[in-house]
Amino acid sequence: MKAKFLIPLVLFIALTVLLGIGLGLNPKEVPSPLVGKPAPRLSLPALDDPERIVTTEEFLGKPWLLNVWATWCVSCRAEHHLLVELSKHTNVPIVGLDYKDEADAAKQWLRQLGNPYVVTAFDEQGRIAIDWGVYGTPETYVIDKDGIIRYKQIGPIDAKALQEKILPLIKQLQEEAA
Amino acid sequence: MRLITPLLLVLALWHGQSLAGIETRQFESPQQEKDYKELVFELRCLVCQNQNLADSNAELAVDLRNEVFRMLKEGKSKQEVLDFMVARYGNFVLYKPPVDRATSLLWFGPVIMLAIGLLIVIVFIRRHRNRPGEDNPDEVIPEDDF
Repeated sequence: MKAKFLIPLVLFIALTVLLGIGLGLNPKEVPSPLVGKPAPRLSLPALDDPERIVTTEEFLGKPWLLNVWATWCVSCRAEHHLLVELSKHTNVPIVGLDYKDEADAAKQWLRQLGNPYVVTAFDEQGRIAIDWGVYGTPETYVIDKDGIIRYKQIGPIDAKALQEKILPLIKQLQEEAA
Repeated sequence: MRLITPLLLVLALWHGQSLAGIETRQFESPQQEKDYKELVFELRCLVCQNQNLADSNAELAVDLRNEVFRMLKEGKSKQEVLDFMVARYGNFVLYKPPVDRATSLLWFGPVIMLAIGLLIVIVFIRRHRNRPGEDNPDEVIPEDDF
C-alpha cells in the first residue's frame, strides 16, 4: 500500500529529470548528417586571388579544417584569435570559407586580426555553404585524410572545445595519416 | 467595433499567406507552384528554428527558398528537394519527420500513453465493481445485515 502511494512521486521525479535534461540541451546545435560522410565539393575562387580556384581535392591526403566565417559575424571575431594560435602551434591546414561577405572587408579583417588560413575560399552567394549544411557562422569542420568529415563545431571555437575535442581529434587523424 | 473584430481576424489570417510570397516567382505550372508552397511550408528554417522557410526572413531562409525554386524549375520532384535538404541539414529541417527508430517515440508515444491510461481506467472500474460497499461509501448497506 505504501509503495502504491509513491508511484506518482516517482513518475513526477522521472519527468522532472527528463525535462531538466531537455532544458540543458542547446536547440541551436543541430547535429550534422554530414559527419562521417565525405566532405561536399568545394570549388570557389580564393579571396585574395579570384583566378585561383580552391577545391576540396587539393587537401586530400592529410587532415585539415574548414572554418566558415564572415566579417559581419560577431562570434567569428571572438574565435579568431584561437584560430591564429592554432595555425601557429600546429601544422594542420586551416581553410577559410568566407560566407556571404564583401571581399574588401574580408581582406581588411585578415590584415587586422591575422590570417590563420592557408587559403580562404570566397563564397559570396553562400551557395557552396548550403552544400556543407552551414546554417550559421562560425562553423568549423574537421576533415580527415580521406576527405571524410569527422567533426563539426557549431558556433565559435572556445578554449574548451579546442582542448577537449579538436586538438585530440587532429592528433588522432594525423597519426592515422602518418 | 462590430466591424473591427472581423477585419482584424481577416488581416491576421492574411498575414501568413502574404509572407509566403515575399519573392515574386514565375511558375511554369500550377503543380510547380503547389509543390513550392508545400515545400516552403514543410521545411524548417534553421536560423529561427520555430519558423518554416515561408515565414522566415533570415538570409539563409531566402537562399533556401531560392534553392527550392531553382530545383523545382530544373524539374526535380518534391521528394528530391526534401532529400537534398535532409542530406545537408538532417531530419531537423522537416516539420513532418519520417517514421524511423529515432522518431518512433514521437510518433507512437501518444498512442502508448493513451493505451496505458485506458488500462488504468479499466483496472480501476473493475476493482470498484468487484468490491461493492468497500470502495463505494455512497452505497446503502441494508440495516438487516448488521
